[in-house]
Amino acid sequence: MLTPAIELAYWEQSVLRTVGVLAAVLLPAGTLVYVFLFKMMSFMQSRLGPMEAGPYGSMQLLAEVGKFIQKEDIVPWRADRKLFALAPYVVVASVFLIYVAVPFGPDAMFANLDTGIFYILAVSSISVLGILIAGWASANKYSLLGGLRAAGQLIAYELPMVLAVVGVVIQAGTLNMQGIVAAQANGEIFGFGGIGNPFIFTQIIGFFIFLVAMQAELTQTPFDMPVAESELVSGYMTEYSGMRFLLFFIAEFASAGAFAAVAATLFLGGWSLPFVDLDTSWMNVVGPLVLLAKIMVVSFLVFWVRFTYPRFREDQLQQLAWKVLIPLSLVNILATMALKVAF
Amino acid sequence: MSDATGTTDAAEAPEAEEAPTDDARQAVLDQITAALGDAVLDSHIAVGRGLWVRVERDAWLEAAGHVRNGLGYHFFDYLSAIDWMPSPWGRYEYSAVDDGIRQFDPNAPVETGVAGGDTRFQVMCRLADIRRRQPHHNVVIKADLPDDDLRVASLVSLYPGANWHERECWEMFGITFDGHPGLRHLYLPGEFEGHPLRKDFPLLARLVKPWPGIVDVEPMPGEPAAEGDGEETEESS
Amino acid sequence: MTVTERQQLAYVDAQAADGRVNVELETDEGMILNLGPQHPATHGTLRVTAKLDGEQVVWADVVPGYMHRGYEKLTEVRTYPQVTTLVNRIDWLGSFANEVPFILAAEQLMEIEAPPRARHIRTILFEMARVANIVLFLGDLGVQLGAVTPAFYAFRDREHVLDQIEAVTGGRFHPNFDRIGGLKDDLPKGWIADTKAVMVRIRNYCDEIETLLFGNEIFEARTRGVGVVPAEVGLGYGLTGANIRASGVDWDLRRDGAIAGLAHGDVDWQVWTHPDGDSFARCWVRLQETRESTKIIDQLCDGLPGGPIMAKVPRIIKVPAGEAYVQTENPLGAMGYYVVSKGDLGPFRTKIRSASFSNVSIIPWLLKGVYVPDIITILASLYFILGDIDR
Repeated sequence: MLTPAIELAYWEQSVLRTVGVLAAVLLPAGTLVYVFLFKMMSFMQSRLGPMEAGPYGSMQLLAEVGKFIQKEDIVPWRADRKLFALAPYVVVASVFLIYVAVPFGPDAMFANLDTGIFYILAVSSISVLGILIAGWASANKYSLLGGLRAAGQLIAYELPMVLAVVGVVIQAGTLNMQGIVAAQANGEIFGFGGIGNPFIFTQIIGFFIFLVAMQAELTQTPFDMPVAESELVSGYMTEYSGMRFLLFFIAEFASAGAFAAVAATLFLGGWSLPFVDLDTSWMNVVGPLVLLAKIMVVSFLVFWVRFTYPRFREDQLQQLAWKVLIPLSLVNILATMALKVAF
Repeated sequence: MSDATGTTDAAEAPEAEEAPTDDARQAVLDQITAALGDAVLDSHIAVGRGLWVRVERDAWLEAAGHVRNGLGYHFFDYLSAIDWMPSPWGRYEYSAVDDGIRQFDPNAPVETGVAGGDTRFQVMCRLADIRRRQPHHNVVIKADLPDDDLRVASLVSLYPGANWHERECWEMFGITFDGHPGLRHLYLPGEFEGHPLRKDFPLLARLVKPWPGIVDVEPMPGEPAAEGDGEETEESS
Repeated sequence: MTVTERQQLAYVDAQAADGRVNVELETDEGMILNLGPQHPATHGTLRVTAKLDGEQVVWADVVPGYMHRGYEKLTEVRTYPQVTTLVNRIDWLGSFANEVPFILAAEQLMEIEAPPRARHIRTILFEMARVANIVLFLGDLGVQLGAVTPAFYAFRDREHVLDQIEAVTGGRFHPNFDRIGGLKDDLPKGWIADTKAVMVRIRNYCDEIETLLFGNEIFEARTRGVGVVPAEVGLGYGLTGANIRASGVDWDLRRDGAIAGLAHGDVDWQVWTHPDGDSFARCWVRLQETRESTKIIDQLCDGLPGGPIMAKVPRIIKVPAGEAYVQTENPLGAMGYYVVSKGDLGPFRTKIRSASFSNVSIIPWLLKGVYVPDIITILASLYFILGDIDR
């Protein structure tokens, strides 16, 4: 809801919300694709990346979108047509649903849910279904292998993610996303209240676990067994081409942005700036930009690791989740509880 | 295909007094002859270079077994065959320059090479011991195969690496290996007919378009004019 | 029958033939996965058919031959100088190294010795072929395992090696430079100094890849203990090169082969082995070999003798009758040519003993019981080139 000075009918609000969520999903996705995939990866590999389309290749993504839209729609003749078509939409839908609960400013959010972070974690699991459907419906053994690997991996890494978040929730005292932002902005570090108390300092272990689990949830290297390019060609996405592949591609980077936004909100203070009051109304405009900047910081870490490391084998991946991350996050929760009670 | 005359291969006469002898290889040869006895039909030592032994076809597996277990040559280098018949198409060049077609005589006796031989097909394998790190611990074993019965024992039971080499030999020459777990095509597609490396299997690309032969009659800088036509010049790249 | 009908029949025939190799046993336990001829993991058109039980391989079959060009038959219609052009293309990444054993075999039969300068330069180019080949292997190793970035550094540094090879021979990939009795041409001016600078670069690259890839815990977890080849089994299959040295067998043809035509005996270098025999060992041995090659090249560049580049060879080369077999330590392993000559202008029969053929023959034995990702690791660490397998 915007400032009370303007009264909008419900349908006008819905239109604004729709356009807003599209912008909220696609703008970070596009920025991440250009800055990290096209440019950072290229510079890391001693090359320039796309330079032709637009100044320094900035229009490359638009060119790619245009290319994908005009491609022929190929469905393998033994594939299950309805499920094959459904899978990309399921994955994309889950990303949109995550953005609904992320706050962009004091009043700029699509839905201020009391169970904000709980809802986000629940809804982020829907993409697993989409990937499984894609793997099965493609009628391709490589896709099937990729889909099954994805199922095991994504479900396994949900747990460390949830447990890492529990530490934050304990410290903030609320599940509400705006409340978590407020807890960070209004907090104090040993009496100094200037920059607030971003939970990254106290929840550093939780932040690390969240980043690793996030890398796995996004099926990025080193956890990209489902899409192991040198083994399964493209894993569950092998049979997808054209617009359907574009949906998977957008979903991959949009969910990177979504998880980065959640991480920024939980650990870096969300849309709040230091030394700025939480209620100021111009933060509704500046807040999204601040959040975008923090998204870029978190995504930088994610993509930097992605372009450097080799990939884990499936059983090593599972071992890491079950034997290392979960015990570590449980220890983190215990420590947080003890310290919260003590201080 | 005339033999080169005038060039003597010094290594081909180990019996001459002035020629150098290869004692190490001679010792290996003596060991093999002692173990196999009459099965060794012929042998040849190229001083400082190699040892060839020709055995009877029926002693093929026994010879390899002795070389492996008695001499300790566990390294399997390769197994292949040689078809000693000259090609009926000569060098596949225009008949004006190529005498091979005119000279081909299907009834001529087969001329074989090192360590002798009587038949058109010879199967050969090379075994070595590389752990002793001395260059003379290797031997090439050859065996003649009669034209009407191209079979020989398989070495897979001794050297697992022989599997692929024998498959290739079978598909290229048509030699059957008794005891091989599964002789099937290695390189060629499943329905291929014929055995390509035999000399009577033509090189189809050259039949379609014969090679001209004469390349360049221009003299090299500083040399007299080229020889008369009909002689091939060295291909300068 | 119309053209389309013929085409359709041919298509059906091809499918049926393929189907016979790739029988789907739907009712059986396990699924047959075809790492088909087109696959990012195989260095070319190699086909690995694996029967999987979940993610584990029950049996695997390797189907080579998609690139068989019939080299042994082709050499029978060529003259001796023409054969070097042909055999360049067997192992196309280390292409000068393919010419060397054949030329040495011909020189052996002709009783000709190349002058010392030619011997040294031949060895330098031989080692540069090795450097070019293995540097690409190190880069590609990362890609197979998922790390995409090291490959670019490999190509960047390999460019300089290829530039040097091109400066001498005129060709980056297919030099066609070796001649019976010597080499085609001498070195251009300034080449030695440039080569030494390039070797410094390659050494830096080796250090970089050691920290970036070999020091990475994930890389170690993926490669240690995977695809162990015991030395006895390796010998039985004819494994050569870094593959057998990684199983602890101390054998290198450059030192133990008594090859008269190359100058390795004149320089000071060592052979690297590793006792483990797993994929990590094979990759590690190759890394050390690259460093060793740069040292060899440096020493040879320093001690380059003067003199002619080519011995006195008749204009028309006719090799006397005889048989010779020369084996050299090529980048991929031990490559040898068994040349049968009948005193003619060209070889009567050439048996090409290519290293990758024997290296790949062990794969069906090696893949029993491994996981699917380990297939890729094993294929990557054994390192073959399709041209070398298929000839």
